[in-house]
Amino acid sequence: MISSLTAENIAVTRGQRLLFGDLSFRLQSGRALVVEGVNGVGKTSLLKLIAGFLELAQGRIALASATREISDGEERGRHVAFLGHQDALKPQMTAEEQLTFFARLYGQNGDIAGALAQVGLARQAGLSCRYLSAGQKKRLGLARLLLSGRSLWLLDEPLAALDTDGRALALDLMRFHCANGGMVIAATHDPLPLGGESLKL
Amino acid sequence: MSGAFFTLLLRDLRLAARSGGSAALALAFFALVATLVPLGVGADLKLLARVAAGVLWVAAVLAALLSLDRLFQGDFDDGSLEVIALSPLSLESVAAAKLLAHWLSTGLPLTLLSPVLALLFNLSPVGTWALFLSLLVGTPAVSAVGAVGASLTLSLKRGGLILPLIILPLLAPVVIFGAGAVQGALDGLSNGAFGFLAAFSLAAVLLSPFVAAACVRLNLAG
Repeated sequence: MISSLTAENIAVTRGQRLLFGDLSFRLQSGRALVVEGVNGVGKTSLLKLIAGFLELAQGRIALASATREISDGEERGRHVAFLGHQDALKPQMTAEEQLTFFARLYGQNGDIAGALAQVGLARQAGLSCRYLSAGQKKRLGLARLLLSGRSLWLLDEPLAALDTDGRALALDLMRFHCANGGMVIAATHDPLPLGGESLKL
Repeated sequence: MSGAFFTLLLRDLRLAARSGGSAALALAFFALVATLVPLGVGADLKLLARVAAGVLWVAAVLAALLSLDRLFQGDFDDGSLEVIALSPLSLESVAAAKLLAHWLSTGLPLTLLSPVLALLFNLSPVGTWALFLSLLVGTPAVSAVGAVGASLTLSLKRGGLILPLIILPLLAPVVIFGAGAVQGALDGLSNGAFGFLAAFSLAAVLLSPFVAAACVRLNLAG
């Protein structure tokens, strides 16, 4: 279990351009961080940086557990669950198959049917992902987070495409995750009443 | 660890077998090309037997090319590759699982089909057996080299067009030694081609996951 995340003086460049530099923040377990900023300021890049996809141009990001500190990018990735713009779903697979695949891939044997019911997709379990709407795909993405067993959730526009119920559900899941000692970092333009810190890029 | 490896392997095989997967497509392409050549060349049985190995090998390589976009491109485009990259599996293991799935769904079926197609070329039983063995040993190299090319061109638009230009030259040794092994068997000589084919294949399969993983890393950072 990860107890905190620390970013010290981090900078990220895309191409030759510096997106942001000298950024520092700290997040304790059980807390949420909302990342705000105009289009193109580097919100997604920050999430990808934490997940270890992008190299740090400067500074360091470390996850601390009870026993040790993890600062290697790829190792950090083993502790995060990522929900991005893309749905990561295959039209040829059913919602249930897709979740079973994700759970097993992450070495988890969680309750697939329970997770589907939790995000309101119990009836769509056997439905091919080809027929799911954008909002339903997002809900399936939330179910993937629930089954991932990871303590740090990195969410890119988590409320996009969701209906009113879906938004409430997503917020509930984030609050629940934090209440259980997890951490959430969400990049968004929507107001996200999570009672956590906010970071303006 | 090994559980995640087999989970990914089974999922890729399942995707290859379902609609939209290109396993059946590659097999049909192979069969069609191999059927058209005897029709074009005519009924010169001696000539057909001479060109059989070369034609079938080239057809097998081209057929395997058709399905290379399935290796990484599909997962890259829909974001699955990011989710997979964060799994406990190292990217090297991911590449190895995908390579194996590609061979099981493309190279192996092509190999199993080859004795039937060899009939169209009047290939002798010895030649057919040699062709079967050379495809069995050589097609893993096609998947391995293909995996490197496929991972390299991930973030290119229309990468599918440049992919053959990158990997076909690299596959020249496989075609030379693969067809050479069959020719040697037909002539009753041991020309060492089979040994070279096996060595090339082994090296390609061992190195490919590392190179492909490095390319995937670069493309995920893009």
